Amino acid sequence: MSKEKNNNTDIIEKEYTTLNLGPTHPATHGIFQNVLKMDGEIILEGESTVGYIHRAFEKIAERRPYYQITVLTDRLNYCSSPINNMGWHMTVEKLLKIEVPKRVQYLRVIIMELSRIADHIICNSVIGVDTGAMTGFLYIFQQRESIYDIFEELCGARLTTNIGRIGGLERDFTPKAWALIDKFLKEFPDKLKEFENLLMRNRIFMDRTVNCGPISAEKALGYGFTGPNLRAAGVDYDVRVMNPYSSYEEFEFTVPVGTQGDTYDRFMVRQEEMWQSLSIIKQAIEKVKKEPAGVYHADVPEFFLPPKEEVYNNMEALIYHFKIVMGETDVPAGEVYHCVEGGNGELGYYLISDGGRAPYRMHIRRPCFIYYQAYTDMIKGTYLSDAILTMSSMNVIAGELDA
Amino acid sequence: MSNTLLDTVNEKLKAKFGDGVLSAEMHYDFPVFTIRKDIIHDVIKFLKEDEELAFGFLTTMCGLHYPDNKGHELGVMYQLHNLPKNLRIRLKTFFSISDPHIPTVTDLYPTANWMERQEYDFFGIIFKGHPNLKRILNMDEMTYHPMRKEYPVEDGTREDKDDKMFGR
Repeated sequence: MSKEKNNNTDIIEKEYTTLNLGPTHPATHGIFQNVLKMDGEIILEGESTVGYIHRAFEKIAERRPYYQITVLTDRLNYCSSPINNMGWHMTVEKLLKIEVPKRVQYLRVIIMELSRIADHIICNSVIGVDTGAMTGFLYIFQQRESIYDIFEELCGARLTTNIGRIGGLERDFTPKAWALIDKFLKEFPDKLKEFENLLMRNRIFMDRTVNCGPISAEKALGYGFTGPNLRAAGVDYDVRVMNPYSSYEEFEFTVPVGTQGDTYDRFMVRQEEMWQSLSIIKQAIEKVKKEPAGVYHADVPEFFLPPKEEVYNNMEALIYHFKIVMGETDVPAGEVYHCVEGGNGELGYYLISDGGRAPYRMHIRRPCFIYYQAYTDMIKGTYLSDAILTMSSMNVIAGELDA
Repeated sequence: MSNTLLDTVNEKLKAKFGDGVLSAEMHYDFPVFTIRKDIIHDVIKFLKEDEELAFGFLTTMCGLHYPDNKGHELGVMYQLHNLPKNLRIRLKTFFSISDPHIPTVTDLYPTANWMERQEYDFFGIIFKGHPNLKRILNMDEMTYHPMRKEYPVEDGTREDKDDKMFGR
């Protein structure tokens, strides 16, 4: 106020604050650190530090038989483990040139789309939480719970599923599993609609998310975005359409795209993808009904474990069981890349086999790791609270980030 | 279709770079080219800027280590994608472990930034011209590059971890 004080401010240099966002901060939804240089509440620049839960999967995989690597893939994007598992099985099947029966492919589609819904539920409801809307999160998480009940019935596990085997599924869907899926399909549309009504045209939600953390299509492509984040920016790249696997070419579905690539678009793309997944599941169930019942794996005894009860009484089953478990079956040499549309984008497995029981080299294209490097660029000049929203809408999963 | 892609790209590269293309073959559904190390940046730039091929998307890249190939122990694999036409190819280049330098492609694809940091971290491949080449997933104090084949997965001093039976 006084003249003296005004003079003082002239010589005081502007000071910036350094803020550690993470590594363990409730708003980052995972263990990663961002060192931000702040001018008041505005972010000037940031640097990401990743690797807090690095577990060296690529190295471990060089010493493990192929079927043991499935459990490593569970722990990539743990919000949609089944997609990771299926991607790995399909990679190995491609290497071994195994043709999987149609019914198994449809069953896999059902599992993958269910887990895509579970994945998107987490991301979208957490965007809601970060804008201050806890209600939708609590409502919709009950639906995620029923998806996990289905997984539990299918494979015994809920989060890290280890579902399916090389060559098929470990067991057929039980009648209870079908009943649970039916129940889910009946209940979910209403609940999802309710969730949409809470947020989609909500004034506060739109004010917070529209134009928050936008990215242009060119930039997104340059940064290697894939999946919902790329589609929100307006590029209709979906692995399920471009390089169909597991009979996706037979399904009718649309690929939603956004225009701005902001948080609201990412939210909307994921929202629409859940509706599309629902429709795919329904189509898949119809297709399964037309296939011969009871088929749940390909006829590849060298790689698919025989039923346990046969192992004790049947010579061949015993031999195959022993060879698979002890890792005596050699895999042909070759080099293969297979990608699936994971919850976050193109999840690719690059595999070099030199003919042994374990891969010579296994590399995972982890969509999170690749697009997260754009984050510090996207939050430059925005408010801190917008940066939190941008992060949650990008669905950065620490397990996939650090592998 | 992929076979014709192999031929198209091979012809274009042969016309432009001559014997810099060491091999061209199909691995399952992927055309794979092995390129001499000194021209790898030019090849990728050419493939990106060529009007017909226009590989504008770097899907992934990873380091490779073959200790038995003397003089060409280390390698890098690049996977390029032309999104509008859905063309995919894989490039490989190999070089000596005693001189693990290779030009960066961050000027062509910003996404290569972290990918190259990762391969530097795990294989010690030094990408010349990279804006910020430091470790990414491992801790900064680490003195070795753990994905190289000489480092065992299990702690070598432990006897209970001996896996003659189950390991590789």
